[in-house]
Amino acid sequence: MRLHRWLVPTLYIIFLMLPIYWLLNMSFKTTNEILGGFSWFPANFTIASYVKILTDPTWYNGYINSIIYVGLNTVISVSFALPAAYAFSRYRFLGDKHLFFWLLTNRMAPPAVFALPFLQLYSALGLFDSHLAVALAHCLFNIPLAVWILEGFISGVPREIDETAYLDGYSFPRFFTKIFMPLIGSGIGVTAFFCFMFSWVELLLAKTLTSVEAKPIAAVMTRTASTSGYELGLLAAAGVLTIIPGAIVIYFVRNYIAKGFAMGRV
Amino acid sequence: MEKTLNNKAWFMVLPVLFIVALNAIVPLMTVVNYSVQDTFGNNVFFFEGTRWFTEVLHSGRFHASLQRQFLFTFTILVIEIPLGVAIALTMPRRGFWASVCLVLMALPLLIPWNVVGAMWNIYALPDIGLLGYGLNWLGFNYDYTQQPTAAWFTVILMDVWHWTSLVVLLAYAGLRSIDDNYYRAAQIDGASRWAVFRHIQLPKMKHVLTIAILLRFMDSFMIYTEPFVLTGGGPGNATTVLSIDLVKAALGEFNLGVAAAMSIIYFLMTLLVCWLFYTIIMQGEKE
Repeated sequence: MRLHRWLVPTLYIIFLMLPIYWLLNMSFKTTNEILGGFSWFPANFTIASYVKILTDPTWYNGYINSIIYVGLNTVISVSFALPAAYAFSRYRFLGDKHLFFWLLTNRMAPPAVFALPFLQLYSALGLFDSHLAVALAHCLFNIPLAVWILEGFISGVPREIDETAYLDGYSFPRFFTKIFMPLIGSGIGVTAFFCFMFSWVELLLAKTLTSVEAKPIAAVMTRTASTSGYELGLLAAAGVLTIIPGAIVIYFVRNYIAKGFAMGRV
Repeated sequence: MEKTLNNKAWFMVLPVLFIVALNAIVPLMTVVNYSVQDTFGNNVFFFEGTRWFTEVLHSGRFHASLQRQFLFTFTILVIEIPLGVAIALTMPRRGFWASVCLVLMALPLLIPWNVVGAMWNIYALPDIGLLGYGLNWLGFNYDYTQQPTAAWFTVILMDVWHWTSLVVLLAYAGLRSIDDNYYRAAQIDGASRWAVFRHIQLPKMKHVLTIAILLRFMDSFMIYTEPFVLTGGGPGNATTVLSIDLVKAALGEFNLGVAAAMSIIYFLMTLLVCWLFYTIIMQGEKE
C-alpha cells in the first residue's frame, strides 16, 4: 500500500522530467552531435551554446526584454485589480454581476483572434515595439484573472475588520495599505505568480507587438532558427534558460500556492 | 454576509474597466468591422453584410477544424481531469516531499509555449528524440511527421504533459482545505477508501474542479503556439485546430473577412460555454 502511494506521483514526475532532461542533454551537445544520432549523454560535453547566449547582446537582450514586460505587467495587473476586487467583494453596485462576467470573458478571448487588431491599435497609440505595449496587451487576460483570484481572497477576510478600522478612525487608503494588504499578502503573492506565469509563457502577442527594441526571447529564438540554419544546440540552451526564471519563481511561492488556493475561493 | 449597496464602488472598478476595455473593445470592433467588409487593397473597403458569415458557416474546412477542436478539447479533458485528481490524491499531503512534488510538477506550467512546442518537436523525432526513438525501439512504427494518428497522439501527450499539473495544483489545494478530523471520523466509522473519496474529498474539490475544467476548456479551445510549433497543423491538415486555421486564413491567405467572421463565431462559442459554466459556479456558491 505504501509503495503503491509513491508510485503514481513518482511515475508522473519522471514523465514530466524526461523531455526537460532531453532538452538539457541537447544543450550540452554540439549541433552536429545532436543530428548525428541518438545518445543518452553528450559525448563531447560543451558549454559553448550557453557562453554564446550569455555574451551575445542580441541573445541576452531578449531575456531582459521579456523580464521587463512581464514584471511591468505583473505590477500593473495586481495594482489595478486590487481596488476592483475589493469593490466586487464588499459592495453591490449597478451592473456588478454583468461587469464581473464581462471581465471573465476577456480571459477567454483567443489571442490568435486579437493579434492583428492589437498590432493596429498599438501602432496607432505609438506604443509599437515598446515594453509597455506588451505589458498592456497582456492585461487583457491577466487583469480578469487577477480580479477573480483576489476577489476570492478578499471575501475570505471578515468584514468586521474593515468596520473596526473605520471606527478606529482609519481613512480608506490608510486602512487599505496598512491593514488590509498585509492580511491578504499570500493572495497577492499567488496572484502575482499567476500573472507572471501567463505573461511569461504568452508569445503570440509579444511577438506581434515588437520588432527590435522590445523583442522577447522567443522571437530571437525563431529568428535564429530560420537564418543560421538549424542551430539545435543553441536553441536547446536558450530553451533551458527560459525555464530558469519560472523555476526560481516557483521555488519562492511553493508554500503559498497550496495555502493560497485553499484560503481563497479559487 | 450581506453586501452593502454602494454605487461609488464604480470608481474602484473604473481603472480596470478602462484598461480592459481598451484591450478588448477596440480590437473586437476592428474584427467586427472586417467581418462585414471586403477589400481589394489600398484601404478601400466595401460593405459585404453577412456574406463572410454564411461562407464560413457553410465551409467544410471550418467544420473540419471545429470538429478537430472539439475532439482535442474533449480528449484532453477526459485524460487530464481524472489523472490530475488521482495524482493529487496520492501525492504526500504535507512536509518536505509535498514541496518537492509541487515545485517539480509546476515546472512545465512556466515554460514558454513555443519552447514547449520546440522541445516536443525534437523529443518525439524518431531518429534523435527520446520518445520517438523509444517507441520505435519498442516495436511501434511511429513517425509523427508522417502519420496523422501519431501526430494526434503527440499533440495530446504534449498537452497532458504541459497542463495536467494545473489540475493537480488545484485539486491538491482543495484537498488541503479538508480538516484532519474528517479523516479520523471516517476511520472510526470504518469508511472504505471509496466512501472517503466520494463523501469527503470529492465535495471539497467540487469548486476547484469546476475552475480547473473551466480553465482547461478555455485554454485548450484557444491553443495555438504549441501544436503550431510541434506539427505546423500537419501532416496535411490532421492537427489543424481552430486557432491554427484562423491564423492561416488571416495572415497566410490574407482572407481578412473570412478570418474575422471565424473569429467572431469562435468567440461567441467560447462565450456561450463559459456563460454556462459561470452560471453553474454561481448556483453552486448560493447553495
